[in-house]
Amino acid sequence: MEDNVIAISIAVLGGVAVLAAAILYVVAKKFKVDEDPRIDEVNELLPGANCGGCGFAGCRNFAEGCVKSLEGKFCNVGGADVMNKIAEILGGTVSAPDPKVAVVRCAGSTACRPKVNNFEGAKSCAVVAATYAGETGCAFGCIGLGDCVTACEFGGVSINPETGLAQINESLCTACGSCVKACPKGIIELRKKAAKFRKVYVSCVNKDKGAVAKKACSSACIGCGKCAKTCEFGAITVENNVAYIDYTKCKMCRKCVEACPTGAIKEENFPPRKPKEAAAPKELGQPTNADKVEVKPEPEKIVLEKKSDNPNAN
Amino acid sequence: MKLSTFKIGGVHPSGSKLSADQPIKVMPIPDTVYIPAAQHIGKPADIIVQKGDKVKVGQLIAKSSGVVSANIHSSVSGTITAVGPVPDPSGIAKMGVTIKVEGDEWMEEIDRSETLDTNVDKFSDKEIIDRVTAAGIVGMGGATFPAHVKFTVPLEKKAEAVLINGVECEPYLTADHRVMLEKSEQLMVGVKLIMKAVKTEKAFIGIEANKPDAIEKLTELSRKYAGIMVVPLALKYPQGSEKHLIKAIMNKEVPSGKLPIDVGAVVSNAGTAVAVYEAVMKNKPLIERVVTVTGNSVKNPSNFLARIGTPVNLLIEAAGGLPEDTGKVISGGPMMGKAATNTDFPVAKGTSGVLIMPEELAHRREPEPCIRCGKCVDACPMGLEPYLLSVYSRKKMWDECEEHYIYDCIECGCCVYSCPAARPLLDYMRLGKSTVMGIIRSRKK
Repeated sequence: MEDNVIAISIAVLGGVAVLAAAILYVVAKKFKVDEDPRIDEVNELLPGANCGGCGFAGCRNFAEGCVKSLEGKFCNVGGADVMNKIAEILGGTVSAPDPKVAVVRCAGSTACRPKVNNFEGAKSCAVVAATYAGETGCAFGCIGLGDCVTACEFGGVSINPETGLAQINESLCTACGSCVKACPKGIIELRKKAAKFRKVYVSCVNKDKGAVAKKACSSACIGCGKCAKTCEFGAITVENNVAYIDYTKCKMCRKCVEACPTGAIKEENFPPRKPKEAAAPKELGQPTNADKVEVKPEPEKIVLEKKSDNPNAN
Repeated sequence: MKLSTFKIGGVHPSGSKLSADQPIKVMPIPDTVYIPAAQHIGKPADIIVQKGDKVKVGQLIAKSSGVVSANIHSSVSGTITAVGPVPDPSGIAKMGVTIKVEGDEWMEEIDRSETLDTNVDKFSDKEIIDRVTAAGIVGMGGATFPAHVKFTVPLEKKAEAVLINGVECEPYLTADHRVMLEKSEQLMVGVKLIMKAVKTEKAFIGIEANKPDAIEKLTELSRKYAGIMVVPLALKYPQGSEKHLIKAIMNKEVPSGKLPIDVGAVVSNAGTAVAVYEAVMKNKPLIERVVTVTGNSVKNPSNFLARIGTPVNLLIEAAGGLPEDTGKVISGGPMMGKAATNTDFPVAKGTSGVLIMPEELAHRREPEPCIRCGKCVDACPMGLEPYLLSVYSRKKMWDECEEHYIYDCIECGCCVYSCPAARPLLDYMRLGKSTVMGIIRSRKK
């Protein structure tokens, strides 16, 4: 009797297995979806961070897009290496856009932007931004609760404990734009990545009138327009009481940095300036040459020293 | 007799009605008033005056700019010194008008006599709504929804009853309580006017049992006014919410995404009813309101009748000054009010109270991990799951937020109040709600 039960069980289950296998075989043949094998190949090459910086919903979606057409597609995270390999597989050429890097446009550190109240709610910039002006008198500046830190897939953003501001580690930044989207105040911008991460930018987005902005933060842009007058390349515009440097026009002469009365315009990763006395006789006489002189690269050693001086530069 | 109330959720914060016995005091007119252009839900009103203009009390200074918007009138007479940002409790200055006060000259058409006018029949329903619209009346309980929009019942719908909200379930606040006691007759006529505007013969005034004097006085009066009934309600927060008041009084549930009128109810605050009386019978726009200034350390917790635009620090001064141990100043009540970043902000149409919390009560506890006890689910009067929604919102899972009805949240704060782990549930829910509402709106376009 017992043998019988086992035999019947094996027969029934075996029968079910054979039947199921047959159905699966037929279905797999009949409803097979022909997928371009290149999609998988391209997907393999991609970083797999699914950061969305390319504008697609994740890496695989980007791979599908690439297979359709390479035109205008670029993975910032993988960079030129990955894109060239993809171009080899798919044929065609890739055009690399200007490399970019995220820049935090707020210098309202705890030292220059005093706290006027205490926020004890959820530790999220988005919550603060939706609730009220924030802990300081400036309703535009960095909240410092790190929504951008969470958003960055590459560990490229951190909150500086000294200044209380978000800071970008440029060597890790892939310009995917996640932090730009995550910042409820719209402070972070993707700007041109220049040699040695040099940059000149207005580190303030406060649209309040000068007096109000200055009261809230000593390094606020007061919209005085001195920088715009100084700029020889028409790169600076002042709108809504705040200056903006167009990085496509900026030649990094750094005259605006000197002109800014509040220090809202920052230069980063430049070698230290030459002492005024030595530079003055040469440069003041020939202003057109002066720009060229200043952008000349300097030895790497000095750059590092400069970095340690400035807590915002990293 | 068992008093009725709503069934799902709710909490019982202590009443702390310190100023309940304080008669309404008229605040002196300040030197300068700041009148914001957005004192209601909906679009801010369009400012129609310029710097240097002379205005009188009751003169229109900002015009309703859409269907859901309201007129704004000058609350003082004087010269406009600026059209631009005015202080706001949030710290983000809002558009508005600054007026330097000169004398107290009123518009001629405003009837300033104290005589009670009970002749409701001299106005048609249309005239009542027109006058309410012109007077810029909004819900004065705090939600500030334009009253004329509520009173304009769509053709295909029918109002069964007018509900007057005299619940004032927020701890500390006593403004409505005092209005019900001191302006009872005006309130009754106001209710009659609203009944006429929405074409119904029935009205209920819901009052929580912690205001026996108001219940007694209005019950007595209601014998003179046919169709108006006073309903004493059991104590429970947030009974002052529109949907919960309907449930408590009419035992009807407003479905998700629907309005009170869909179940035949028009709900108005007690203060609003008095404002309706003044607007229709006396032609007086909404230029002043009763504000409770209170707090455990406040020297004289009081109820003030203040002109719209009066800086709140003057009110605090009149109540005995800012106590030394002040930890937080809240615009509104302790449950739904917003902590203010300054005391310069003006009294607006929705400012029902100013609560000053002493330092020891002003702080939140450090949040601890959620232990899934479900107290927030029990407490939520809308039947939501706050612990879940706050996580969805924190993780930016907006689709899931929507699936779990985050837009039904009335931001009453019962979840945070009941949470033993002091989690910032409402912070995230509010963020999720506004984001999901934005997504829904953009979908409709």
